[in-house]
Amino acid sequence: MSDELKTVVELKPMRHKDVEAKVSAGKMEEWFYTDIVKEHFFNPRNLLRTESELKQFQADGYGSVGSAACGDKMDMWIKVKDDRIVGSLFKTFGCGSAIASTSMLTVMITENGGMKVDDALKIKPQDIVKRLGDLPQRKFHCSVLGDKALRQAINDYFRKTGQNEKIVVEGAQVIDMILKITDKDIEEAVLEGAHDFEAVQKKTKVGVQDKSCIPKVKELIKFYVEKYYG
Amino acid sequence: MKEIYLDNAATTYMDARVKNEMERYLGEEGVYGNPGSFNSIGLRAKRALDDARKRVATILGCNDSEVIFTGSGTESINIALQGIARANKNNKAKKNHIITSKVEHKAILETCEFLESEGYSVTYLDVDQYGLVSPEKLKSAITPETLLVTIMYANNEIGSVNNISALSKVCKESKVLFHTDACQAAGYLDINVKNLGVDLMTINGSKLYGPKGVGVLYVRTGVILKPIMFGGGQERGLRSGTENIAGIIGFAKALEIAEEEKPMEVRRLSELRDYLIKELTERVPKVMLNGHPTQRLCNNANISFIDVEGEAIMLMMNEIAGICASSGSACTSKTLDPSHVILATGRPYEVAHGSIRFTLGRSTTKEDIDKVIEVIPGIIERLREISPVNLKMEEVIA
Repeated sequence: MSDELKTVVELKPMRHKDVEAKVSAGKMEEWFYTDIVKEHFFNPRNLLRTESELKQFQADGYGSVGSAACGDKMDMWIKVKDDRIVGSLFKTFGCGSAIASTSMLTVMITENGGMKVDDALKIKPQDIVKRLGDLPQRKFHCSVLGDKALRQAINDYFRKTGQNEKIVVEGAQVIDMILKITDKDIEEAVLEGAHDFEAVQKKTKVGVQDKSCIPKVKELIKFYVEKYYG
Repeated sequence: MKEIYLDNAATTYMDARVKNEMERYLGEEGVYGNPGSFNSIGLRAKRALDDARKRVATILGCNDSEVIFTGSGTESINIALQGIARANKNNKAKKNHIITSKVEHKAILETCEFLESEGYSVTYLDVDQYGLVSPEKLKSAITPETLLVTIMYANNEIGSVNNISALSKVCKESKVLFHTDACQAAGYLDINVKNLGVDLMTINGSKLYGPKGVGVLYVRTGVILKPIMFGGGQERGLRSGTENIAGIIGFAKALEIAEEEKPMEVRRLSELRDYLIKELTERVPKVMLNGHPTQRLCNNANISFIDVEGEAIMLMMNEIAGICASSGSACTSKTLDPSHVILATGRPYEVAHGSIRFTLGRSTTKEDIDKVIEVIPGIIERLREISPVNLKMEEVIA
């Protein structure tokens, strides 16, 4: 073989601080769905199909989160009687697990004569995941969105029935003063799979300019990782 | 249920003729020697390796010595990009600028991002509404510091085909090295390196009905690379490690078959692709074709269905009709970001989330396409019934 193409061999290993493969002993990530998820995807319960259905339903509360641009949009309606959720309807733009999560949530809040409104507020995203028999980790945010839509619907019900003191508004707090990044943005980033500071920074650019917020950001990431994945 | 595989841009099955050829090289009766060993068994392996290299070089229209066998397309790209950067790290001309495009494969984008962290500056060129790079735009992005331009031949997501010879001409005029990622192009387009005018080119076996784990990097004589991994110095020092003889033989065979069958296969697949696009856009309301209408790979149909989400479409068509395709939706990506390619063409997030990529292949029949055409309208209707979104086409047309 001729040697026109000279390559200089450096007998030094490459060292790059910023590229570290993270190998952990945890379980490998699965991406497929359980039979319960598929069942709810193919046969969604409490799906709102027509406008007239909605009129007939006479909702006491309505909540909507997300948008088509975000990749998920969930609309939920609830019917409350004697402080119990006796009916619920939903519509969802999103993947299989988003549709299944909202479908399952409507079942959870209406089964056995209906859940008490205060108890429905205690539902955590993890409870939906459990009822679905599990969700792939990166689909976890689907259950969070369902949960948020329900909270909005309940807030709407409180507002309509004059129980204003019960309304819980999740306010956002600005953490990064220069780029105006809030704790909600950090929560979103964690839910989208960024589980450490480097990953969250890559997604949000938090702390790139306002370095003083970094300790607070790290604290928040720890909090949200424990909240949703702990 | 019969599975209908329309994900050939992800990877292809291995052609039986390739498998047969490879089998002769496996086992104790095969060619298992080390081409570097100075004995008769090693020599047989060296002969096989030389022969495969010659066969590949013939198709690429280059010298044998310009063909480097690697472990994958990704590896070829890393050897090329990082290799050129490393070879020019301390050059007197202070060339530390790389130009690429916003629609490249992750292997290019991630490597460029890494090189940025190493102190190189990288320009990510905008593309037009079809995902194509204009030679004029490239020309104006080149500076005296520009070292390397890397632009893909055909896009893996939307199938748009760049005019590589026009782009390489611009680079030649400015004395800038030009690499192209031709992983999707091989088997469908002209991959003669002289016709293309490229300095470096990447192709891989897993899209060619060849074995996975084998790639090729064409390196024009005179282009200097520094290796990124070290060892026995195989493949001109650029890819140390005992050569995968059976895989390399399989690659050569796969490339030969693909070249030989190209004219007929391109005609056959173009017809099926056009039929699929025409029928789906006629039968389903509110759809958009992503990528160029004609200057596109013969096996690629990338369609966005408005108001529904791509992963849900995939799951439903897979479970109901065994159709295997892929989506540019955020939900199918590990980072949960929607297709950077569709966004770069100027289309909004809503369109990227609802995109489905059908990539046809050697096994695709008219019956398969008929099945897709038959089931998709119902699936979209069902998902639109679940969806609260009802956008007007004016809202999503860029």
